[in-house]
Amino acid sequence: MKFLRQHTSLWLSLAVLLVMGLWPIITGNALERETMFTVLRSVALASSLNILLGYTGYVSFGHVVFFGLGGYVGFYLIAARHWSLWTAILAGGAAAGLLAYLVGSAILRLRGAYFALATIGVNEAVRAFINNFEPFGGPTGMTMNFKVYKAYGGAGAALELSFYILVALTILVVLISYWVRTSKFGLGLLAIREDEDAAEIMGVVAPSAKTWAYVLSAVIPGMIGALFFFKNGTIEPGLAFPLHTSIEMIVMIMLGGQGTVFGPILGAAGYEFLRDALLVSPFFKNMQLAISGVLLLIIVLFIPRGLVGWLRQRSAKVRRWLI
Amino acid sequence: MILQVQGVTKRFGGLQALSQVTFDLPQGQILGLIGPNGAGKTTLFNVIDGVYTPEEGRIIFDGKDVTGKKSYHLARMGLARTHQIVRPLNELSVRENVMVGACFGHANANLKEAAHVADEVLEFVGLNSKAEQLAGSLNVAQKKRLEMARAIAAKPKLLLLDEVLAGLNPSEIANMVETVRAIRERGITIIMIEHVMSAIMNVSDRILVLDFGKLIAEGTPEEIASNEKVIQAYLGDPKLAERLMQGE
Amino acid sequence: MDAILRSLIDGLLLGFVYGIAAMGLTLIWGVMNVINLSHGSLIALGMFSVYFLFTGLGIHPYLAIVFTAVMGLLLGMLIYAIAVHRVINAPHLSTLLATYAVNMIILGVGTAAFTTSPYNVDFDLGSVKIASAVVPTTRLIAALVAMLVAGGLYLFLKYSRLGRYIRAVTDNRDAAEIVGVPSSQILAFSFGLGTMLAAISGGLIATFFPFTILAGSAYELKSFVIGVLGGLGNAVGSLFGGLILGVIEGLVPMAMPTTWTPVLEFVLFVLILLVRPTGLFGGNE
Repeated sequence: MKFLRQHTSLWLSLAVLLVMGLWPIITGNALERETMFTVLRSVALASSLNILLGYTGYVSFGHVVFFGLGGYVGFYLIAARHWSLWTAILAGGAAAGLLAYLVGSAILRLRGAYFALATIGVNEAVRAFINNFEPFGGPTGMTMNFKVYKAYGGAGAALELSFYILVALTILVVLISYWVRTSKFGLGLLAIREDEDAAEIMGVVAPSAKTWAYVLSAVIPGMIGALFFFKNGTIEPGLAFPLHTSIEMIVMIMLGGQGTVFGPILGAAGYEFLRDALLVSPFFKNMQLAISGVLLLIIVLFIPRGLVGWLRQRSAKVRRWLI
Repeated sequence: MILQVQGVTKRFGGLQALSQVTFDLPQGQILGLIGPNGAGKTTLFNVIDGVYTPEEGRIIFDGKDVTGKKSYHLARMGLARTHQIVRPLNELSVRENVMVGACFGHANANLKEAAHVADEVLEFVGLNSKAEQLAGSLNVAQKKRLEMARAIAAKPKLLLLDEVLAGLNPSEIANMVETVRAIRERGITIIMIEHVMSAIMNVSDRILVLDFGKLIAEGTPEEIASNEKVIQAYLGDPKLAERLMQGE
Repeated sequence: MDAILRSLIDGLLLGFVYGIAAMGLTLIWGVMNVINLSHGSLIALGMFSVYFLFTGLGIHPYLAIVFTAVMGLLLGMLIYAIAVHRVINAPHLSTLLATYAVNMIILGVGTAAFTTSPYNVDFDLGSVKIASAVVPTTRLIAALVAMLVAGGLYLFLKYSRLGRYIRAVTDNRDAAEIVGVPSSQILAFSFGLGTMLAAISGGLIATFFPFTILAGSAYELKSFVIGVLGGLGNAVGSLFGGLILGVIEGLVPMAMPTTWTPVLEFVLFVLILLVRPTGLFGGNE
């Protein structure tokens, strides 16, 4: 029992993920599985970004670039080079991690809004570059030859496989997030978030800590990108690098509670279910963007700490077990 | 010598903040650093600490030249400090704050050890009842104790205290002075910036006086209290000059 | 040589309009350290405003721009009061997200109302010959209007009482309050000025380019680049930044396909942020 209590956040998170992951398998409903795929994708992306945003305090408005780059690298390797899905996913993650390492070393020197702007610049630069990059299909992108799916048992089986892989990746990212949060490395990140200069004076080596946080936050989105576009069958710059996806990630993190392990999961799941509910009515479908905007505004103005953050503020006891 | 400051000069644009400051600090000493407002005392701390790089001069810490090295290097080597305007890590608990000091400073502890060190140090400074509270919720006096706790938890060789007594009432001051002495008993060398004359004259082994970035006097508290240049520097405050002359 | 001159003039004229757009963003950043992520949608609103006033009510486009400017000012003050005021002192993330939320609301309602189809202000004044270049008159007038507005803004900030208040609040908000400047109202007005500039630039662009509700975002990204080029907070620097960007956009297609221009722009953007965050002409930190 004590073991459970010690790592409550982790068990809670894994339990919720397992439920979300097993539900479509139990019901056998393909449509629900696809819906859950979208939800878990958001959970994983939000949890990844949280490592940079929530723990380290650096707001990235261009995080989708890792998703997109991983997507393109993975797609290219599968479609043009006949790699297997597994290695393509790893390559996507590696590419994203590499980009994060190179770019991060430079732009993490910037603070606050300047950093946020720089991340937008990086996203747009990469998008514009790929738009011109013939091997990746330029502005029209690439399409997967359906024969590729045969190796995985056909298109239907490939969809199912993708779902299981995504569940595994989501569990992985939550484990990483928990590990970071409860490690000495993570304590350093939190210190940087609170007061970077004071943290350095206390001995936190901020430059390398931030860069590693950035890399960690980029690898899983890269892998998920590769998986997503494999499943999607086509990829093009507009699909791979949409700015509003980056923003959505931030909203989900804030809704649930930034800087916590459980928060992004709650926020992502909540956001996706809310969006699903709204899409049902045609009126709301058109106004979806506007309603999301209103929701975001309310969160920012009145509950900036998100649900988990609000709970944690109540008492030290909650703070101890709900991280 | 735990610290040697040699010919340190620091400029900010046209402003000469420090000019050729030179002194040695033997291990185990409590060195008081006084001077009128704007004399450059905190700037000196910032130069020693790696926050600023001096235009001229060298800082030798524990036998190694650390001029221009970044703050985190110095922390690893055994330097710790508190700030004039407290800088708690607000959203972290008091204990977590101290653990940061223990993990990343000279002590280089892992999380488990850091928790033990934190509890011990919090008891030492009298904050153990507040260990679970968020650092941002403490009052100013408690935040100052937290700064000290964070610095001590790093098991430093040299501790820079920047106006730890400011804003405290007399009984709090007396407590803090005792704490400073107890810190020295642990084997930590201390430099203290202070304006509360009675306290610093009482507790320091030696005093340096800074004025307009220059070292104008160096000596025991008694020598400093009767030093003409020092009295002139403080002439803006006749009451203070009088107290100095009376060796209070 | 001729071709270069043509591209140069083209770029410069466009650059003036970019400059006005960027000034809106830069002014708000300079005064209150807020990056207005609804900037693009306000540019788009400016475009639509001129369209409807002209096509629907038959008002002359340049007069419509005046109305649009006033509405832009008022809308900006409203946005400030609702979305920005509460979080003005909060960490940057809050104001970034608050203004982005406003962006989403405007775009959402706009898309629902206008769809994403292109609109065109059917307004032709013929063309004018400058050196060897043949330039649509609307573009020339737009550049002239932009210059006028920039000049007017500069004089307003420097010599008017309200302008002095704005500069005081920019310098030191607390000190300004102590001497009796109503800082919240000044901030609201400054925000409104910024959105007004965005709306004006949108209106000007509408006189010579077709547009959609989403067109503003491209100009917003350009405004970031220009703002950083010229120095965030430096309104005059923005105008020069706009000219530089305009010239780049004009000349680059001579050397490589136009699709490479965004790559260049954004790489330049990130480089300047890294090397000289205060911009080429110096701005606020």
